[in-house]
Amino acid sequence: MEILVCVRRVPDTSENEIELNRTGNDIERDELVYSINEADNYAVEEALQIVARTGGTVTVATVGGEDDEEVLRREMAMGANRGVLMSDDAFSGSDGRGIATILKAFVEKGHYDLVLTGVQAEDGGAQVGGMLAALLDYPFASLVTSIEVLEGKKLKISREIAGGNKEMNEIDLPCVLSIQTGINEPRYVGMRGIRQVAGVAIPTFGAKDLGIGVCAVGETAAQVRRVDYFVPILGKGAEILRGTREENVDKVLELVAAKGGLK
Amino acid sequence: MDNIPSAAQVTSWLVTGRILFLLIHVLGVAGFFYIVARRLVPLFRAERDFRFDQPLVRLGRVLKFWLGQWKQPRYKLAGTLHIFIFAGFILLAIRAFSVLIVGVSQNFVMPGLSGSAGPIYNIITDYAATIVLLCMVIAVVRRLVFKPARYAVPARYGKAHTADAIFLLSLIAILMVADSLFAASKAAAPLGPGQAAEALAAFSLPWMLQKVLVSASVPTLGRLYFGVYLLHELTFYFLLCYRPFGIQFHVETSLFNVYFAKLDREILKPVRWGVSDEHLDQVKSFGVKTFEDFTWKHMLDFYTCADCGRCSDNCPSNAVGRPLSPRFLTIKARDYAFRHYPVLGRASNGATLIGSKDSGGIYSEDEIWSCTTCGACEAECPLLVEYIDKIVDLRRGMIDDGNVPQSLQKPLKALESRGNPYGKMEKKKADWTNAKEFQQICPVKTVGKSNGADTLYFVDSITSYDDRMQSIGRATAKILNHVGEDFGILGAAERDSGHEVRRFGEETLFMALRDHNVDAIKASGVQRIITSDPHTYNALKHDYKDVPPVEHISQVIAREVKAGKIRFDPIADNKDNANRVYAYHDPCYLGRHNQIYDDPRDVLDAIPGLKRVEMKRSRDRSFCCGGGGLMLFYEPKEEQRMGVKRVQMAAEAGANVMVTACPFCMVNIEDAIKVAGMEGKMTAIDLTELVDQQIARLSPDLKEERASEIKECVAVSESASRLE
Repeated sequence: MEILVCVRRVPDTSENEIELNRTGNDIERDELVYSINEADNYAVEEALQIVARTGGTVTVATVGGEDDEEVLRREMAMGANRGVLMSDDAFSGSDGRGIATILKAFVEKGHYDLVLTGVQAEDGGAQVGGMLAALLDYPFASLVTSIEVLEGKKLKISREIAGGNKEMNEIDLPCVLSIQTGINEPRYVGMRGIRQVAGVAIPTFGAKDLGIGVCAVGETAAQVRRVDYFVPILGKGAEILRGTREENVDKVLELVAAKGGLK
Repeated sequence: MDNIPSAAQVTSWLVTGRILFLLIHVLGVAGFFYIVARRLVPLFRAERDFRFDQPLVRLGRVLKFWLGQWKQPRYKLAGTLHIFIFAGFILLAIRAFSVLIVGVSQNFVMPGLSGSAGPIYNIITDYAATIVLLCMVIAVVRRLVFKPARYAVPARYGKAHTADAIFLLSLIAILMVADSLFAASKAAAPLGPGQAAEALAAFSLPWMLQKVLVSASVPTLGRLYFGVYLLHELTFYFLLCYRPFGIQFHVETSLFNVYFAKLDREILKPVRWGVSDEHLDQVKSFGVKTFEDFTWKHMLDFYTCADCGRCSDNCPSNAVGRPLSPRFLTIKARDYAFRHYPVLGRASNGATLIGSKDSGGIYSEDEIWSCTTCGACEAECPLLVEYIDKIVDLRRGMIDDGNVPQSLQKPLKALESRGNPYGKMEKKKADWTNAKEFQQICPVKTVGKSNGADTLYFVDSITSYDDRMQSIGRATAKILNHVGEDFGILGAAERDSGHEVRRFGEETLFMALRDHNVDAIKASGVQRIITSDPHTYNALKHDYKDVPPVEHISQVIAREVKAGKIRFDPIADNKDNANRVYAYHDPCYLGRHNQIYDDPRDVLDAIPGLKRVEMKRSRDRSFCCGGGGLMLFYEPKEEQRMGVKRVQMAAEAGANVMVTACPFCMVNIEDAIKVAGMEGKMTAIDLTELVDQQIARLSPDLKEERASEIKECVAVSESASRLE
């Protein structure tokens, strides 16, 4: 199976203290450290596990700049067969639909049986997967928590439903799936692995290569624009129980039960 | 015929004894060498290991640990028994050899024993055989009746080893009895013409047997003499050839295992011997993934293990029910070697060691991550079997395969991008120095090009970022300040020392952290380094190269106490500290790994009125608190926390304050006090915090007095100069 995984490089929320910049329309990016979007990492792991079972190759692709090669290399160190960068000045400022348009153009240049995305980007809105499927006119399923390859170009997948329930679906290939975190346990990638793929060339595709009209993507085409960025004001702090141990235990049980955590 | 015929002369079944015994000799010796040769096959397919240097030092260790049985008395009864058995075997070796040769050449006398030495040697060995037999009886009784807990085999590791142990003990017993009967039957027979009477050692086993046999007829004695000789021969060679199939192989391998044992235990094994750091990228696979990835010495360890169970008896992971037992780490690998490199048949190799039994694996992932590298097993092993290097090598293999628990991936990634496992910003590394009151009394400078210092305080991640542990950092700084040390910190330029990164098998990341720190330390121009974290101390001292000398703060304090620069207020002056009983907990990386046991104790004992007790498990038998560094992020499968056990040990010793000298011990012990429900009954304090509390500083009144004195002096000298 030929699998394409669309990935994204994001500021790592666990390793940054996100602050607003002076103009207040974006975050301060000077001292940020970036990593692969967590859900995308699960998607790559899932692709690698499918390929290990059924054969095929895994391609990881991202839309961005030279800096974004870092996450492609990390995923290649994980085992992805190749990384592809889509980069063009015309792409900057694209909204979700713009990104989906770029990816669609790339998907159409190859022969992919399955396209995976993470369920959402940590700095995004969980839109690209669905839009990409729609633009490609492929079937789409979101919040996927397991994938089983069936005979006859079909997949059996499970999807997470609110309340912790799951539903099982059959879906025809080719299709687009957005992968929920927790679907697997992504393997570790150390510095050594990344160093070993440091010399591998990463092909770059621009707007022309992909046959995308400049007006279809980028800032001009964006129909959703960010007008403000703010940190919500902290609400009331945590409730601290100050009783005896037994009282506290009872109170905690009561609170957890009240919130639906105990049945 | 007055005398009984010698074993070599007896003719039965158409062959003379001489030919029969010659045949047994040849078969026995050939069999033994064939089996040993087969056992050595995997060692030649193993990884390299440089153990051929420093022959004199190694010989010295053979004298101490092998011949001297140095570690045996750590277990009083079992150790004493072993010393007797070992000494017996050594003494009996020549006798056994002579007896074997006598079967072929009846008049053989071992060179050197023909004169007066012969009878003396015989008397000594008569007793030796008797004592060994007695030891066998005691050992069997122990196994069957008293059943020491450390010999038990948990169900997940297979069947009990009791039957095999008793079988082997019995074989040795038979050998001793046969040997004694052989001597007794010969001595009981009437003397032939010109033969000198052979005296047996009084009250020894041969002597007693002789008394029994003295009334037997000569033909009976003759048959007995031949029979026990044959029994001795067969038992001897059976045992010789059977030993390489189990724990008794240590009789042959222990000498070599001790000789080739690691000399510098505190230095971790390189990823691959003979490959420098710069060339590591060219190494295709890291660590141990298959059996053949072990070094030949590590395989020799597997063969040498005597299954005595002392490692696991002291292993904190085993004690709290984690899925790790060093004993079975070895036994499982040994059995793997036996299975895959059989004495008869073809060797099959290449299977992955980590994984389910169905896939041919022998270790589980959790088993390998469960080790805190505390070193208790290695401190105990009488045969100097190595464990930490193997654990780290297995982890290197898992890291290389991407096989890392999710809970460890985040901190490892944070160490890569931010240089600390918490993912905190580098620029906040020195924030602990900014606490208001502290900053006023003890400003800490960040060393840089324009801001030099003699001494670097290497703080490391936990003490820099953890709110609770920052107190250790401030106490350390105040102590250094008090003794007038010109010191500074690296601040944002300091990365995690990488101590646990390396011990968790992430060698490449460790090298990056180390290289960064070495550059920063060199650029700072400091003359020496002080740290308050034993893990950091161990990393800088043993894992880093070309950095200035390193000291742990407890060493500094001990020295300054001796020099009189640090004096303490009596403990009773501090209301909170009065009526307290202190127990010092040895951090693994200060004690066992670096032998710093006395400095912290000396410091405590220098505090007037401080009442200190020792826990049963202390010094090199200290019990790990649960592990530091990345171990704090690992979620082990366990029945109990190590820290809880340790806190209970302190309570048993009658202490209500546990003093540690390591921030990770503090994390684990303070948590454990809460988990054990002992809040209010037990507290924990770092040595630096206690010293900082008790240090005798000039009181404010005294300071004023001193200041006015100085003013007076100045005034006097000024007026004097004016007078001139």
